[in-house]
Amino acid sequence: MTLNIIVLAKQVPDTRNVGKDAMKADGTVNRAALPAIFNPEDLNALEQALGIKERFPGSKITLLTMGPGRAADILREGLFRGADDGVLLTDRAFAGADTLATSYALSMAVRKMKDFDLIISGRQAIDGDTAQVGPQVAEKLGIPQITYTENIEHIEEGKIRVKRRLENGVEIVESPLPAVITVNGSARTCRPRNAKLLQKYKHAKTVTERQSEDMDYIEIYDRRPYLDLTEWSVADVGADVAQCGLSGSPTKVKKIENVVFQAKESKRLSDSDVEIDELMRELIENHTIG
Amino acid sequence: MNFYTDTPQLKHHLEHPLMRRIVELKERNYADKETFDYAPIDFEDAMDSYDKVLEIVGEICGDIIAPNAEGVDKEGPKVSNGHVTYASGTQENLDACRKAGLMGMSMPRRYGGLNFPVVPYIMAADIVSRADAGFENLWGLQDCAETLYEFADDDQKTRFLPRVTKGATMSMDLTEPDAGSDLQSVMLRATFDEAENCWYLNGVKRFITNGDSDIHLVLARSEEGTKDGRGLSMFVYDKNTGGVTVRRIENKMGIKGSPTCELVFKNAKAELVGSRRLGLIKYVMALMNGARLGIMAQAVGISEASCREAYNYALERRQFGKAIIEFPAVYEIISNIRAKADASRAILYETARFVDIYKALEDISKERKLTPEERDELKYYSRYADAFTPLGKGMTTEYANQNAYDAIQVHGGSGFMKDYACERIYRDARITNIYEGTTQLQVVAAIRHVTTGTYLQRIREYEAQSIAPELESLKLVLSKMTRMYEQLVEIVTAPKDNDYLDFHARRLVECAGHIVMGHLLLLDANKNPELFRRSAEVYIHYGQTEVIKNYNFVTQSRIEDMAYYKPVLND
Repeated sequence: MTLNIIVLAKQVPDTRNVGKDAMKADGTVNRAALPAIFNPEDLNALEQALGIKERFPGSKITLLTMGPGRAADILREGLFRGADDGVLLTDRAFAGADTLATSYALSMAVRKMKDFDLIISGRQAIDGDTAQVGPQVAEKLGIPQITYTENIEHIEEGKIRVKRRLENGVEIVESPLPAVITVNGSARTCRPRNAKLLQKYKHAKTVTERQSEDMDYIEIYDRRPYLDLTEWSVADVGADVAQCGLSGSPTKVKKIENVVFQAKESKRLSDSDVEIDELMRELIENHTIG
Repeated sequence: MNFYTDTPQLKHHLEHPLMRRIVELKERNYADKETFDYAPIDFEDAMDSYDKVLEIVGEICGDIIAPNAEGVDKEGPKVSNGHVTYASGTQENLDACRKAGLMGMSMPRRYGGLNFPVVPYIMAADIVSRADAGFENLWGLQDCAETLYEFADDDQKTRFLPRVTKGATMSMDLTEPDAGSDLQSVMLRATFDEAENCWYLNGVKRFITNGDSDIHLVLARSEEGTKDGRGLSMFVYDKNTGGVTVRRIENKMGIKGSPTCELVFKNAKAELVGSRRLGLIKYVMALMNGARLGIMAQAVGISEASCREAYNYALERRQFGKAIIEFPAVYEIISNIRAKADASRAILYETARFVDIYKALEDISKERKLTPEERDELKYYSRYADAFTPLGKGMTTEYANQNAYDAIQVHGGSGFMKDYACERIYRDARITNIYEGTTQLQVVAAIRHVTTGTYLQRIREYEAQSIAPELESLKLVLSKMTRMYEQLVEIVTAPKDNDYLDFHARRLVECAGHIVMGHLLLLDANKNPELFRRSAEVYIHYGQTEVIKNYNFVTQSRIEDMAYYKPVLND
């Protein structure tokens, strides 16, 4: 058995190592001051895919990412670790997308790829922390989803068994394939980049990169087709422009505030409706929500 | 944390002008690019690959190996049923290195290696050692593959080398209870079975690093009735064949993650490597030279780690209202550590470059006849490699010890506690100037290059290079040191008394070391003043003081004074 696996990945600013110039005076993220990295939980997702490829040699892993041209960096990063192919979804019309528009664009790209058995992504990205994109992609494709995955335990023809890490324990669940799996940071960390793969793929470029950069090794691309990173626009995936980017995003950012987190004691509720009602009231009264 | 990118000194050494020649020889006109998708296209591409692969090494070291070091030191390996289980952290480190393709790095691509020259390979060893010196022993034993590559037959190479590049571990089984520094006394018996047409090994090996490895190189007595080194041959033993068990592992002071084994060979089937009788005199000598370079890298890594531990602590620790690094007594210690670390690194890579060129030329000579120019080049660099390996091993490992000692001193009482890394580093450092030949034995190997003038010849070559005017005064100091050195050589060799020469040998070799390393740092400072100027100043003045000290010792004592040192033995 071999599987076609799509790994959804995102390039994010490294918000874990925030220096004092991480935020601009207007309260927005100063992306220039933060290095762009492979979203950490997406690396956990890639590792799960690589584990499957080890169990089922011949399986194929395709990385799919949406972002500006420089997001091709994480496609290379994935190839260095053992992915087989990378697709960059890039277009000015994709810019400013919220989770809804993002999942729409990703699902259109997945449809274009047609044959897939499994989609794996990180639980959430460290810049937005929404954890919405994976589940929304599943909904748009009309396939099952398993969130909070810690490990893919077993795969057989048309079926997958997964261990989920939840707040108070673990849960083993099964799903038919194809499905979307989102992976927690508690899953095993991704293997390092491989020295041979790095040397093999370091010249992998998208068409745009090849056109815009001063290229030293232009002649090798004819002989090494695997160095050609796929680049898709809105038109390439047949997406409706109105549902993409800013115009397809109902989320509007009203205001951005700097908040200093203060650690406080956590509050534990039982599952009684009364306690939950009380909490809701409290949160509305102190304007945490609403 | 990335242990490669956070140390810009490494890239400085990687980008030495001689690399162009090294890569050219190693890559043979970049012919591999037609056959291997990961082979470099040209010089720039190869250098870029070394840089990027070292980034992988730096990341694994910073994120995995260094954080595991404390646990590995505590847990250590275990032995049961005749076999070793590594500490869990060691296993994790090995898995990471395997997955990253960092095993058998210097092997040719046709065996699955990366075909890396010695310089980037040794740089990886330098980085690994900073993270965990004990782990470097396991990882660094991949160097045994080099000996198989040089001396085994094609069939053996095809069977063993691809396993190494896929991650099989190796060991070199040389020492025995009665054969430590004196390997001529090896007794492990190799007998040839005519009926089965194979060799069987019987006996005991002791102090074998990573003795439960997958593939062993074994030194054994194949010629019955012989007593010296000429009766010894080299064998390769495959763990899958069976016949070797681990009787015990040593409880050591340092490098505790690295299992040091006592091995029992009971009718262990093995294959002869190369020719009979050349085991010690040719193959082990080659093996040891490579291993010594590895230990130099280990020493440099330990010095780097010592430097950082001392510096970081001194910056944070406040006494009398300020950080202790602001006190001259403390900052002098720290700049001395930095200077000795930088000087050690300078001679490490200088030696690695010599080894690179002569080994690549030797390898080429197996394919075709060398031109007369190439033959001269081979001779020139192999002589320097011979001279610099013992000199560098002696100097850098002594410095690693001094630096680790000083790092504890900077920590004060806290450094004596198990809470800080400097304590482990200190214990790990202690073996470096003992194994693969004690410093005393390095001096024995180095002294003939003092008397025959090899070091002086190289010093003259350094002197001939022009440097920035502001560094001229340092160069002057070095030439004063050189004059004293020349006088010392004259004084010590004049009586033609070997005991007298042996008595002062270490002093002479150290003087050569100070001058050579001083020159190397001066050239580093000339190219990259921001990184090396301070260390050049500090080291050369330190070296000058040491040379004067040795000069005074020799000139103010008489040959007869040796009698006061000689033991009085009653038989």
